[in-house]
Amino acid sequence: MNEMPVFQVRDFGVSFSQYENGVTRRELHVITNLDIELYEGKILAVVGSSGSGKSLLAHAILGILPDNAVVYGRMEYRGSRIGAEQIRALRGRKIGLIPQSVNYLDPLEKVGHQIERSVRGGKKKEKKKKVLEMMERYGLEAGVYDYYPHQLSGGMARKVLLSIALLSDCDILIADEPTPGLDEGSLREVLKDFRQAADEGKALLMITHDIQAACAVADRIAVFYAGSTLETADVSDFGGDGSLLRHPYSRALLRAMPDREFIPAAGNQPLPGNLPEGCLYYDRCPERRVNCKALRPGSRALRGGRVRCDYAT
Amino acid sequence: MRLEAKDICYAYQKGRPVLSHVNFGIESGEAVGLTAPSGYGKSTLGKILAGYLTPQSGTVSIDGKTREDTGYNPVQLIFQHPEKAVNPRWKMKRILNEAWNPPEEMIRSMGIEQDWMNRWPSELSGGELQRFCVLRALSPRTRFLIADEMTTMLDMITQAQIWNEVRKHAERENMGIVVISHEKHLLERLCGRIVRLDG
Repeated sequence: MNEMPVFQVRDFGVSFSQYENGVTRRELHVITNLDIELYEGKILAVVGSSGSGKSLLAHAILGILPDNAVVYGRMEYRGSRIGAEQIRALRGRKIGLIPQSVNYLDPLEKVGHQIERSVRGGKKKEKKKKVLEMMERYGLEAGVYDYYPHQLSGGMARKVLLSIALLSDCDILIADEPTPGLDEGSLREVLKDFRQAADEGKALLMITHDIQAACAVADRIAVFYAGSTLETADVSDFGGDGSLLRHPYSRALLRAMPDREFIPAAGNQPLPGNLPEGCLYYDRCPERRVNCKALRPGSRALRGGRVRCDYAT
Repeated sequence: MRLEAKDICYAYQKGRPVLSHVNFGIESGEAVGLTAPSGYGKSTLGKILAGYLTPQSGTVSIDGKTREDTGYNPVQLIFQHPEKAVNPRWKMKRILNEAWNPPEEMIRSMGIEQDWMNRWPSELSGGELQRFCVLRALSPRTRFLIADEMTTMLDMITQAQIWNEVRKHAERENMGIVVISHEKHLLERLCGRIVRLDG
């Protein structure tokens, strides 16, 4: 890919200041080395286990972290570097969030009115027309306009949330865990809706723990572990026996899938307060070397992807 | 031992039954999958089997006898969201030991680190918490485990870790497992028999 990313994040980190026993302060590094690139018309999935810090990623990109969070690293929007102030200006206008559940809707207001609020400018009538068009495009009947959130099924709620994000004219959409608990039919629909949004020129970032869903929906997958992207690769590299993957952790993820070997890697992901000095995967890695313990590997390009392992080939 | 639900009817709202004349049975040592699209009453049946809900008609029995309301429930239910199944004001050790004192070796093979015992639930991730919830339910007095989307929120490695451990335990103790899930591959991997509620 030679075109310029719409949005990119380099060596990005988030840490929290915490007080222990009331007096000692410590820094809790929740995200340490994160790199992502979003392209127009493409879907990137960030796949991480629970506790990897992945929901904070969405909050960081939208600039809605709590006050005791410290952010470092570099963020770029369409080639120019952006800081906290620009993020505030972009969110809701250029960067939109597709939240996880219907809980994000106002239970006391008609769904149609809520979607309408994301249309900027124009007369009331035109706004409603735009909303109805969007609803039709994503398979919602016109009658849904007058529904209240509790009348929506899970799938309808998802389409409503997607419509809100799409009408706000954002060119980057972040979906936080869009797939858990969906049956196969609904998963196919998410795929269809996301693909349609991407084909309309949006760049999508999907944050998920579900590598199967990621493989079904995304163009590229970033594997997230202990607050860091260990590997980014085309979705096709996740097929077959996984021998095209670059990082030992990505291969371990594939091996653990129920339709593959169902063999778990031993050990646990390190907790934020307890990160090792060297490679984050060191204590679980079957291919570790002496050097890996002391030095955290940087991110490097490899076979059309990126990897944080000095020995990957 | 046999856990059996006979002719179960259940409706949350009058006139809109979720389960209508459903039969389901499982023997000790068996792993049975329970699947259907959302809204077909998988979780409702799970709750009825575990005694959390009383059906409007039909019976649940263990070896032909209805369950007693007092004492340890031999049918244990595990939920999808462990955060909602632990007391946020208790530390993990107390949460685990409320049910029983699992041997060191089981704690270790479930992947629970010693250091987590003294933490609050809010300091652990979903995958870490779920290991406690599963282990808590695996006392020898548990004869049947109802796993309702037990690992849906977890990553593949944690999922495989937990299930391998549960399977080993079930084999050893001749425990029956009902696996409620919509993930075809997981059901095929775990279950000798799969029941569909939608037809």
